[in-house]
Amino acid sequence: MEFKDYYKILDVARGASPEDVKRAYRRLARKFHPDVSKESDAEERFKEMKEAYEVLKDPEKRSAYDKFGANWKAGQDFQPPPDWRREQAFRGGSSPGGFSGASFDDAGNFSDFFETLFGQGRARGGFSYQAGGARARGEDVNAAITIPLEDAYRGATRTITLDVPEADASGRMTRRQRTLNVKIPQGITPGKRIRLEKQGGSAGDGAPAGDLYLTVEFEPHAFYRVQGSDLYVEIPVTTWEAALGRKIKVPTPGGPVDLKIPPGSNSGKTLRLKGRGLPGKPPGELYVELKVVVPPATEENVRTLYEQLESLDSTNPRARFGVQ
Amino acid sequence: MQDSPGEKMRGIVLDEHVTFTLHEFCHACGVQTELVVEMVDEGVIEPAAMQEEEWQFHGHALVRARRALRLVRDLDVNWPGAALALDLMDEIERLHRR
Repeated sequence: MEFKDYYKILDVARGASPEDVKRAYRRLARKFHPDVSKESDAEERFKEMKEAYEVLKDPEKRSAYDKFGANWKAGQDFQPPPDWRREQAFRGGSSPGGFSGASFDDAGNFSDFFETLFGQGRARGGFSYQAGGARARGEDVNAAITIPLEDAYRGATRTITLDVPEADASGRMTRRQRTLNVKIPQGITPGKRIRLEKQGGSAGDGAPAGDLYLTVEFEPHAFYRVQGSDLYVEIPVTTWEAALGRKIKVPTPGGPVDLKIPPGSNSGKTLRLKGRGLPGKPPGELYVELKVVVPPATEENVRTLYEQLESLDSTNPRARFGVQ
Repeated sequence: MQDSPGEKMRGIVLDEHVTFTLHEFCHACGVQTELVVEMVDEGVIEPAAMQEEEWQFHGHALVRARRALRLVRDLDVNWPGAALALDLMDEIERLHRR
């Protein structure tokens, strides 16, 4: 198994005081907590930190760990010395936080390295919160899925592959790849979570499986911007379409529709197509923002027309700046 | 657990259209009632309604409660601290999605 350099993980010196260790852990934990951090590897890193802190905050565990000396490097192949007896020294774990034990632990188990040296980590430690008769259950698993907007509009089935913690026959935690076909409900919006009961990790021994929480995100769309169940699209219109108020075709997720532009519309004018956003109760709106594009005056006859317009129209769009 | 590749898993979307009874909510969080009561008392989560003298919770409360439990466990903050962090995180998320 791989040697873990707990000092390096917490970025502290080997001689760091307990206060230094605590401070370093707290600082890193705040930064890499999976609920707070946007780093893609936050969950893995946070797990490592928790494990490192579990050892370094406990004087007994720390002094035992220190006996391996500073010559070991992270990732080096490691076997505990033959006289290592973890059973007597490290029974049970310390309480992780404010409560005395917690079965909602979904941060995962500790590494093989930790378990070999100190026994099983807290997820299977001796302080199950469900002391009132309930059995331990598998870990809840958090994952994310990114879907195209069309899937949310129509509903879809997506295949996802997950790394799920699982207890093997001997009760040892391993990870297993699972492939699931997940229904994407019609009308789902970005950031929503789907809960799939009992599709999380398994704890073995017929204990109930944990749940799977899938956070849904949308792939960026070529022209729709999504906000909740509302969609925004910027539609270019020509000067005369905007000035005269013409009927144009605009895209909606359900197919193109006709849109009548009010005469005299300026760039930035936003029109609402009721209920043409993502489906739901109530359905979202589709907001069409007009963007007036000015055809170039390169052709001689177009240029002449612009010049006629210039001589006929006395509008000063900069009047409020007090300039011509 | 055996995978059946053809099977389609249907989950529930944790939004305002789904409600949990107090019992279901505790089960989903994997904690006992006292902790959920504590979270409500401390303003971490809000029940959606009372049904026959029992609390009901919307899906979003489950998302919040699970996050709060992790923050309290991992960062050693107290409930009001977790509630504050959650409010700020919700606000950041809202701003990001504009």
